[in-house]
Amino acid sequence: MNNVAATPSLDKTAVQATENGPVDCDIHTRVRTIADLKPYLSTQWWNYLKTYGMRARHGFAKAPPFPKAQPNAARRDAWPPDGGFPATNLEFMRAQHLDHYGIAYGIMNPLVATGQGDQNDDLSAALATATNDWQLDTFVNPEPRLRASVVVPYEDGLASAAEIRRRAGDRRFAQVLMMSRTAEPAGKRRYWPIYEAAAEAGLPVGNHVFGYSGWAGTSSGWSSFYIEEMTDHAVSCQSLVTSLIMEGVFERFPGLKIVLIESGFGWMPALGWRLDRAWERMRDEVPHLRMPPSAYLRKHFWVSTQPIEEPERPEHLLDTVDWVGPDRIMFASDYPHWDFDDPRLALPSALGLERKRAILSGNARALYNLV
Amino acid sequence: MSMADAPEALHSGNWTMSETQGAIDCDVHPTITGTRVLAPYLDGFWRDSLAERGIDSLDSISYPVDAPLTARADWRDATGTAAQSVEQLSGQVLDRWGHRTAILNCLYGVQLVFNEDMGVAFTRAVNDWIAREWLDRDSRLRASIVVPMQNIEHAVDEIDRCAADPRFVQILLLASGEMPLGRRACWPIYAAAQRHGLPIGIHAGSAYRHPVTSIGWPSYYIEDYASQSQAFQSQVGSLICEGVFAKFPDLKVVLLESGVTWLPSFLWRLSKFWRGLRTEVPWVDRSPMEIVRDHIRLTVQPLDAPDDPSVVRRIIDHMRSDDMLLYASDYPHWHFDGDRTLPPGIPADLLQKIQVENPLATYQRL
Repeated sequence: MNNVAATPSLDKTAVQATENGPVDCDIHTRVRTIADLKPYLSTQWWNYLKTYGMRARHGFAKAPPFPKAQPNAARRDAWPPDGGFPATNLEFMRAQHLDHYGIAYGIMNPLVATGQGDQNDDLSAALATATNDWQLDTFVNPEPRLRASVVVPYEDGLASAAEIRRRAGDRRFAQVLMMSRTAEPAGKRRYWPIYEAAAEAGLPVGNHVFGYSGWAGTSSGWSSFYIEEMTDHAVSCQSLVTSLIMEGVFERFPGLKIVLIESGFGWMPALGWRLDRAWERMRDEVPHLRMPPSAYLRKHFWVSTQPIEEPERPEHLLDTVDWVGPDRIMFASDYPHWDFDDPRLALPSALGLERKRAILSGNARALYNLV
Repeated sequence: MSMADAPEALHSGNWTMSETQGAIDCDVHPTITGTRVLAPYLDGFWRDSLAERGIDSLDSISYPVDAPLTARADWRDATGTAAQSVEQLSGQVLDRWGHRTAILNCLYGVQLVFNEDMGVAFTRAVNDWIAREWLDRDSRLRASIVVPMQNIEHAVDEIDRCAADPRFVQILLLASGEMPLGRRACWPIYAAAQRHGLPIGIHAGSAYRHPVTSIGWPSYYIEDYASQSQAFQSQVGSLICEGVFAKFPDLKVVLLESGVTWLPSFLWRLSKFWRGLRTEVPWVDRSPMEIVRDHIRLTVQPLDAPDDPSVVRRIIDHMRSDDMLLYASDYPHWHFDGDRTLPPGIPADLLQKIQVENPLATYQRL
């Protein structure tokens, strides 16, 4: 293996932990093996899992459809010395990431073995609740800087609402977690019980890229390469945002807040302008909208930074930040993935101190009620 | 172009006729109201099939006939249809706006059929109908070749057939078909395009082999239309990542009715990933931003932007090229009122480039 030894303790530029440290809105802790979930599953579901396994809406039993760029899509230096997968070892993650950058709070978005989007809705529900219990026991309880996300079996709206209600009021959970590629566009009514329960519980809904919708990866079929899949996440998110707005989800649930995670944010202004133009022409088709689409975009959506777009002229990104709203953008590292963003380096310095602080910390503290 | 340039002339957007004189309109749409229009151009078997099987319509839901966007109200005739005759189109576009040329892109739903032979018959008929009833009747008109994508070999045959007529200036594809357009199975089309010196025109719309989004079928037409800009993003990604421009260095691709403003941020993302992932696509030997500036052009109508000249100026700066925008009215699709054929905010010093020079550089046959 071409892994690189991590020596965070020797890095003299390590940031001291402060109460004003960055809030990291996207950390991917994971189980060491599926057996980590066994204590949280019934015998029936454990046996089912061992026999038939998870089956996402694609053909691969164990691998992702588009192979990652690095093993487990992880940084080469993020493999802990105990031989486990990246982001399974709390002590190592503290040293390499939380302590190293002085992270004040980290929001966990588990992606592995969560059962989200599985073809079997009941298995998905069992794994979701197991994952939520596992997050608390393994990471949140021992590490006060971490927060969990309520993983839900999102293709089953009612089961998802039940899981959200089970966790509502537990401040160890910062948000509800969905994946961006759902079986139908995210605004469709089958998903409304999720939004209802989340809004009721005062929890934002974090919508993280990936998941497997069961449809081809583009509107014109399947692409060939991982690089296309990664770039197309921004594309899928434009579709899901359009759906949430046009279906009137925010009219029905005016308190609902959506966080788009790992989709970048450069695309948002152009989408808002496009939706507004279309609505000017065809608002009679969607009479339930009482404001222009961009107004819903501005009011109900937050975005995480990573992977932050990199124009040839960095000042162009400042235009985008202005158009999106500097109060809407929240830093994320995507630790331990290979395309990780370093909080010290990822944001253009031309942003200025005030906006940088808001993006690194203030916006997330406000959204997630972090004290 | 530098942000620090002195304040420049930003047009208010209230174009006068004199300012659109002599422009090349790169995207107009003739309307086919039913298969009977194509009957004279079908062979006996298919002509008979229309009647025997009741094949009356290949209208696509990409542009519902009576939807506001599909045709501006004052361009519709007494039957409620726009652009179904040369007189209508030439009168309203060429005569009224003084355009020197208009390129016809026929969007009748011939791509939607599954039967390969039917695809051949109908695309042939569309192209012959365009030649006889449009190009023969107004020498200012040019057209794109509609190709049967149901079978790539047949598509190449139709390109070779129609390319013999120099008034066909482009090959027309839809933004969403069976497979991403960069895929190698599509390359014989690009070989034919390069051979004939024809650009590929990708136009908004779908053959509906897949839902209009990667996350399924949305509820509303407004979402279908909005999703077209996303289709273009995936296609640009495919063309670049599959190495189409490495293989076909002379190829130009025109994105028709794409909305435009999605492009810069899409390239920021794609180029960033390319730096980390170029081992997966080693034939992409330079940044996608450079490849796009060399090979891809976009028609300006619609321009998804607010009515704010300073914002439009910023977006054009983000594109980092004066060569990419091509003038188009997108007639009869309804994007503007009156004679405001160009969006507000286009810098005055780019007007001539957008209206004449860039189209001439893109379409060798003009």
